[in-house]
Amino acid sequence: MNLTALTIDSARSAVAGRKTSATALADSFFAKIASDDPQIGAYLVLAKERALAKAAEIDRIAEKGEPLPPLAGVPVGIKDVLVTKGVRTTAGSKILGNYVPPYDCTAVARLEAAGAVVLGKLNCDEFAMGSSNENSAFHPVHNPRDLTRVPGGSSGGSAAAVAADMAVATLGTDTGGSIRQPASFCGVVGLKPTYGRVSRYGLIAFASSLDHIGPFTKTVKDTAIMLRTIAGRDPMDATSADVPVPDYAAEIDRPITGLKVGIAKEYFGEGLESETRSVMEGAIQKLASLGCEIVNISLPHTKYAIPAYYLVATAEASANLARFDGVRYGFRAKDARSLSEMYRRSRDQGFGREVKRRIMLGTYALSAGYYDAYYLKAQRVRTLLTHDFEEAFKKVDVIVGPTSPTPAFKLGEKVDDPLAMYLADIYTVTANLAGIPGISIPADTNQDRLPIGMQIFGKHFAEGMILRVANAYEKAR
Amino acid sequence: MKVTEKEVSYVADLANLELSAEERSRMVRDLNSILGYVESLNELDTSGVAPMAQVSDRYGVDQSKNGSERFAYASRDDVLEGLRKSLPRDTALANAPDTDGTFFEVPKVIER
Repeated sequence: MNLTALTIDSARSAVAGRKTSATALADSFFAKIASDDPQIGAYLVLAKERALAKAAEIDRIAEKGEPLPPLAGVPVGIKDVLVTKGVRTTAGSKILGNYVPPYDCTAVARLEAAGAVVLGKLNCDEFAMGSSNENSAFHPVHNPRDLTRVPGGSSGGSAAAVAADMAVATLGTDTGGSIRQPASFCGVVGLKPTYGRVSRYGLIAFASSLDHIGPFTKTVKDTAIMLRTIAGRDPMDATSADVPVPDYAAEIDRPITGLKVGIAKEYFGEGLESETRSVMEGAIQKLASLGCEIVNISLPHTKYAIPAYYLVATAEASANLARFDGVRYGFRAKDARSLSEMYRRSRDQGFGREVKRRIMLGTYALSAGYYDAYYLKAQRVRTLLTHDFEEAFKKVDVIVGPTSPTPAFKLGEKVDDPLAMYLADIYTVTANLAGIPGISIPADTNQDRLPIGMQIFGKHFAEGMILRVANAYEKAR
Repeated sequence: MKVTEKEVSYVADLANLELSAEERSRMVRDLNSILGYVESLNELDTSGVAPMAQVSDRYGVDQSKNGSERFAYASRDDVLEGLRKSLPRDTALANAPDTDGTFFEVPKVIER
C-alpha cells in the first residue's frame, strides 16, 4: 500500500481496518517530505511532536476497538496564515518570522478534533498577497507537475503539498482566488466556500470582507468531507453564519441530469489562452453529455472586477496590517530613537515589496480627497458585480468557466510586473466580491501535460450543488 | 502622472512606512500604473448604486428582520472572559520583542 497516495476515505479505512496505524501514516508522510520537499519547498515548518502525539492518540483508540472520528489519522498540512498554538506561524513574512501563537485557528482545531494529524505549516505569498507564491519571504514553491513553473498563489504550498503526496489534504485561504488558482495550476481540487460558511478565527487577516478558508484535496469527495468538518457557526467569529451544515459527502452522488449550467461569455473573451479555451469547451461538452442543460449567460461587469477588487482588498489590508508595529509580537528594528521611528523601521524592514505596495495603494485609496473616487467607487461597483450573479442565478443552477486564463507560468515570468500578476486572478476575484462559493477541479491537461482547472460557481451556501457537479465531472473524466 | 513622489512620501507617512529613495521612485511608477488601470471604473455610472462593504448582510440571515436584528445570533453577553479565558500575562508577553515582565517596553514616546 502506497500510504502517501491515499485519500481521506482510504486513509481512514486503512487505520480503522488496522492495515496501517496513524503513526505509520504520519511517519511515511514525514519521510516523503524529507525526500521530496527540498525540490518543491511547500513546507515552512514541520510539527512532528504535535503530529506524532495526535497519531498516538488515534492509535490508542484504534487498538481499543473504539469508534474512530471521521478524519482519524488523516495527515493534513496548514497554510501558514492560520495560527497554530505552539507551532511557529509566519504568514510567509519576515515581520512574523519568530511568532509562536498562543492559540489555535478554529478550522485547525476542528480538523484535529475530527482526528486529523497536522504535519506542519505550508509556504505562501507574504500575508497571502500574490498569485505565484514568489512573494514568500522565505523561498518560492516549485510546481510539482513542472518544477520550472509556479504552483500558483497565494496558497502555493497548500496546493503543491497535495499534488506531491506530501499531505492527504490541506487548508488554504482565498481572498481573490488564492485557493482555486493554485488548485488549477497544480491539478488538485480546491474550494472557496460561501462567505461566512467557515469561521476565520485565527486567520491572519488580509482583507476581512474577502478572506475565506477552504480545503485542498485529491478528490471532490475529500473536499466534501473537509468542508463538513470545518464549516459552521463559531462564536469566536461574528461573521460566521448561523446556517446548518449538511453532510456534503452523502449528497455528492445525486444525479446532475437536468441541472442548468451557465456559461458566461465574459469568461471566454480576450486574454483566455487558446489551449485552455479548447479544454474548457471539451469540459462543457462533457457536462452536456452528462445531462446538464447548457445555458448562455452574461455577467456584464466582469471586466471591472480586478480594478474594484484591488481597491477594496488593499484598503482593507492597509487597515489590517497596521497592527504589525513591533510592539507586542514579531520583528522590531534595532536602534530606533523614538516610538514612531521604531514603528517605521520595523515595518520597513519587516514587510516585503508587494505587501508595502498594497499597503500604499490601500492607504492612498482611503486618504482624504481620494476616498470617494477610489474606495467608495469600488464598493459601488462591487454591488453591480454581485447583482450580475444574482440575476444569473435566477436562470441557472451553477456557472462554469476556466479557473485561470492560462496554465501555470514560469517562475520569474511576472515577478516585475504587478499588473500582469493581478490579471492571473481575473476569473476568481468575482466570487470573493460577491461571497459566492467556487470550486476548481482538474478539467484536463494541455499538450505539455500541465493541468487546467475548471471552476464551478454556485449560489450562496450552495456548496452541495457545486460539489455534486464537480463529483459527476471527476467520475466521468 | 496621478501620483507624485511628494504624495508617495505623504502616504508612506500615513502608513507608518519609511521607504528608501529607490523604493519611493519605484512606488511612484507602480502606483501610477495600477491607478491608471483602475481608472476604467469611471466608465460606469454608479450614481444611485449603494456601496457594498461586506456580503454577510445579504445571505444566511433572517431577511424578515432589519439592521442589527438580523445579526442577533452573533451577539453575546458582555461578560468578563465570556468565550475564552484571557491569556495569562506571561503567555501574552511571550512574543514581545521587549518587556520588563509586566509591560511591553517601547522606545521613549515623549521628548523632554
